[in-house]
Amino acid sequence: MIHLKGIRKSYKTEFTSLEVLKGIDLSIEEGDFVSIMGSSGSGKSTLLNILGLLDEYDTGEYTLDGVLMKDLSQTQAALYRNQFLGFVFQSFNLLPFKSAKENVALPLYYKKIPRKIRQEKALEYLEKVGLKDWADHLPNQMSGGQQQRVAIARALISEPKVILADEPTGALDTQTSHDVMEIFKEVNKQGITIIIVTHEEDIAEMTNKVIRLKDGNMVTE
Amino acid sequence: MFDYDKWQEIFNTISKNKLRTFLTALGVFWGIFMLVVLMGAGSGFQNGVLAMFGGHAKNAMYVWTNRTTMPYDGLQAGRFTQITNDDIKAIENDLEDVLEYMSPRLYVPSTEVTYKNKGEAYEVRGDTPYLLKIDAIDLDQGRFINQKDMDDRRKVVVIGMEVAKNFFGKNKKEEAVDPIGQFIKIQGVDYLVVGVVASDRRGEDATEDNKSIFMPLTTAQQVTNRHGKIGWFVCTINTNYPVGLAENRIKTLLKKRHRVHPEDPRGVGTDNVEEELREIMGLFNGISFLVWFVGIGSLLFGIIGVGNIMLIVVKDRTKEIGIRKAMGATPRSIVSMILLESVFITTLAGYIGLVVSIGVVYLMKIAAGTDVQFFLNPQIDLKISLGALAMLIIAGALTGLVPAMQAANVNPVTALKDE
Ligand SMILES: Nc1ncnc2c1ncn2[C@@H]1O[C@H](COP(=O)(O)OP(=O)(O)O)[C@@H](O)[C@H]1O
Ligand SMILES: [Mg+2]
Repeated sequence: MIHLKGIRKSYKTEFTSLEVLKGIDLSIEEGDFVSIMGSSGSGKSTLLNILGLLDEYDTGEYTLDGVLMKDLSQTQAALYRNQFLGFVFQSFNLLPFKSAKENVALPLYYKKIPRKIRQEKALEYLEKVGLKDWADHLPNQMSGGQQQRVAIARALISEPKVILADEPTGALDTQTSHDVMEIFKEVNKQGITIIIVTHEEDIAEMTNKVIRLKDGNMVTE
Repeated sequence: MFDYDKWQEIFNTISKNKLRTFLTALGVFWGIFMLVVLMGAGSGFQNGVLAMFGGHAKNAMYVWTNRTTMPYDGLQAGRFTQITNDDIKAIENDLEDVLEYMSPRLYVPSTEVTYKNKGEAYEVRGDTPYLLKIDAIDLDQGRFINQKDMDDRRKVVVIGMEVAKNFFGKNKKEEAVDPIGQFIKIQGVDYLVVGVVASDRRGEDATEDNKSIFMPLTTAQQVTNRHGKIGWFVCTINTNYPVGLAENRIKTLLKKRHRVHPEDPRGVGTDNVEEELREIMGLFNGISFLVWFVGIGSLLFGIIGVGNIMLIVVKDRTKEIGIRKAMGATPRSIVSMILLESVFITTLAGYIGLVVSIGVVYLMKIAAGTDVQFFLNPQIDLKISLGALAMLIIAGALTGLVPAMQAANVNPVTALKDE
């Protein structure tokens, strides 16, 4: 599903250049449930953003579902994101002025799916994360755990092949974190690849494969 | 072409960000509102002042006499000069090339005028048929004084509207009577009413005209026993000839004929509408400059306001844009969303501003009616208003375009970064 070969990435400012990824080779197969671990600043988010086509890499090769992701225009990247990928963020990133249902339906809007179908599907996915009764609530009327479940429903609704989650439990307490991970497990059982960035060991333990980053390199188990 | 879904999304965003929408709308609304109301008020003022001249010929001049203040040619100062029929003839001869109409007048000293048992003091004027061409009165019924009346010194009168209403109008006791053919008494003598006139002026001037009675000049000269004498006269000058020049020629001629010192500021007095009109036109220029100055100022204010708010809006929405991009929004869809939103808001606000301001100008029109001096029938130049609105909308779109494009091209990672 995902193949990285010698991926390098550095952040350049006028005088300095900070190499964050120093040649990552990585394969993630369809249906994998992977966690990326490492200390703060080790480049986890950078790697995930590259996988999510939210950021560009300098050298190397990244193939997603057999297609080389290189020098994409913004529009192409948007298309692939919409087609293949679902995102879950640490700070949820729901649109504050939209209800839970409308937030969940948003990716389908950019897939040009008719409104009625969007609404129905949004309800269906909210039900999957146990929030059907909260469909018309605004994000600020919900707890952190509920908001993250809405965000997961939103990531799932476009039926992506891969879900990318950057510290999805970072803002949640232990119990809620475990609830969220349960949902991810369920989703993974349906064959969707899941990649989670975390620095919590107990979260990583719930995944099938752990990738450890240190100073921009992968540390083998 | 009409993308229902897109509009749904836009309405959703607009209606849930009310303050932002309101602030954007306010600038546009205010700009259009001020411009249209100011234009309306300016034109109302202009029309009002112009109407005060009514049907007055713009090329008319007035000539009268008064006491001299300088001794001249062996005559002492303080002498009263009297215009006569001969003076009128001399002027008609001398200024034949430029004179259009000439209408001398002689007042009959204010007296009681009666019809049957009704009586009231009215102003009685001796006039010529040409008055109708020069002065701001219109024939309402019957006819005006004609040459035959003049030649035969007929005892006929034309009466003002108010006089007609008072004497012949319907009241509690009597039905209305046709004034034409009735006789009224002036100084105990019967005069046949041959016509009714209505003033074309406004306010007190109109009342004065409508409360007057006009008889042939020759008749007036006879009944006042002032044969050949004229009180004052009004005349019009061919429009291609400067009134001021004709005025000087007439003045010089009269002074010579009456042996008044050429430098004497009094003795012969003249006045013309042209000068007054020029002064008023100057005033208008000042007013319309002010209208444009303030109007364009408020328009600019509106444009800057819209532009500023668009900048803030786009900044404010960086995170939203990042989220939308992560969900698969293309840069194009982001730009078109922001632009459509801003154009929609500015168009709607501008439209409302236009409607409200037109309403306000209409109310001004009704409130002022025809009784308020200096203000009449305010008008709106719809072309200018729509042009101004278009300018605001385009400005809103343009000022929104640059930040929208920047925002749409921001790396989503940067946009989503937690502050
Ligand atoms: N946009 C950026 N510009 C410059 N430096 C960055 C940028 N993003 C991340 N970095 C730096 O790259 C390093 C790795 O960041 P990140 O991938 O966010 O680490 P992690 O998610 O593992 O904490 C950090 O030292 C961070 O300061
Ligand atoms: Mg991180």
